[in-house]
Amino acid sequence: MESRKTQLTVGIFVIIAALALAFLAFKAASNSATTSGETYRIYAKFDNIGSLKVRSPVKVGGVVVGRVTSISLDGEYYEPLVEMTISSQFDEFSETSSVSVLTSGLLGEQYLGLQPGFIDDSVGMLKDGDYITDTKSALVLEQLIGQFLFSQGNE
Amino acid sequence: MLDAIASVGRQTLDSLAGMGKALLVLLNAIIGKPTPKKSAPLLLQQMHVVGVKSLLIIIVSGLFIGMVLALQGYTILVDYGAEQSLGPMVALSLLRELGPVVTALLFAGRAGSALTAEIGLMKATEQLSSLEMMAVDPLRRVIAPRFWAGLISMPMLALIFSAVGIYGGYMVGVQWLGVDDGAFWSVMQSSVDWYDDLLNGIIKSVVFAFVVTWIALYKGYNSTPTSAGISSATTSTVVTASLAVLGLDFVLTALMFGG
Repeated sequence: MESRKTQLTVGIFVIIAALALAFLAFKAASNSATTSGETYRIYAKFDNIGSLKVRSPVKVGGVVVGRVTSISLDGEYYEPLVEMTISSQFDEFSETSSVSVLTSGLLGEQYLGLQPGFIDDSVGMLKDGDYITDTKSALVLEQLIGQFLFSQGNE
Repeated sequence: MLDAIASVGRQTLDSLAGMGKALLVLLNAIIGKPTPKKSAPLLLQQMHVVGVKSLLIIIVSGLFIGMVLALQGYTILVDYGAEQSLGPMVALSLLRELGPVVTALLFAGRAGSALTAEIGLMKATEQLSSLEMMAVDPLRRVIAPRFWAGLISMPMLALIFSAVGIYGGYMVGVQWLGVDDGAFWSVMQSSVDWYDDLLNGIIKSVVFAFVVTWIALYKGYNSTPTSAGISSATTSTVVTASLAVLGLDFVLTALMFGG
């Protein structure tokens, strides 16, 4: 009977631990839905990416559609090249779409804002490996302040 | 002068011999033909002693640590209007650091000391020698089930600790201090990563489990078979295991989150 009781308590212990793991995995941690499942990659070159990081979200109107998967310097002018992985659920972005580095809040983290472009017969859709040419760089606070002071001095 | 140098040399040799003995104890205990029929009941028995009986202290301390974290974090975060970051603060500090480390410290005090005392007393009353007389290998029969039980139980205890702690933080933060319910969980989910935080925390607690159980078993097996010997071995288990956990934690944190 003693052995049976031991088996029961150890069984309960294991079940509690499994429940704790499930709680932590599903309630506390994100199983980032946008990068699971089918994805495709698109690229964009910027002048300045600010403090954009790998794993930063790519948002369309505030909704996360993908993540930044790599950042490198490219070409003879060393322009920052950003690779984005977008969920295949959203595969109808036209080639005229633009992408800009935005900041959530005044001091928040930076993310990529994807602005879907117009669609007509002459423009195609973005496919895996395509480049977005229309890009807007990050706003750098120091440069803004510098420009402001400079323009004040000219008056 | 020469005596001083000789004593340094003697201490170095002694500690090297000790480490070698500890490694041999561990290797002999865990290497060998697995006999699931015979060892499963022993393992179950030890998981009951080592794991289930530590459950209460782990749950209670996890709850209180989560509650204190939420209370302290709130008073600072609210000054910056950032009380919505309370969720990730509680979850990350529990999953990355406090869960594995505090569990290991409690485990060393609650189960490690008991293991050392038990094995030390077995040695003092010559039960280990009697086993050998009966051609039963005490390392396989006594040490191995306790080692595996510790190695399996402690990561589970750490998971329970973190989960209960997050719930404690939720109780204080949301129910009492009035942080928004949805923001608490959603900001937590967006900043806690499955691999980076949860899995690294589990790896940490497996490493701590290995170290704490190993130290406890070796100190017991190698204790002087007298009352004074057992008491000093038990003390030394708790001190050495705690120091090893805290030191290793720094190294592991630097490796996992430093880069």
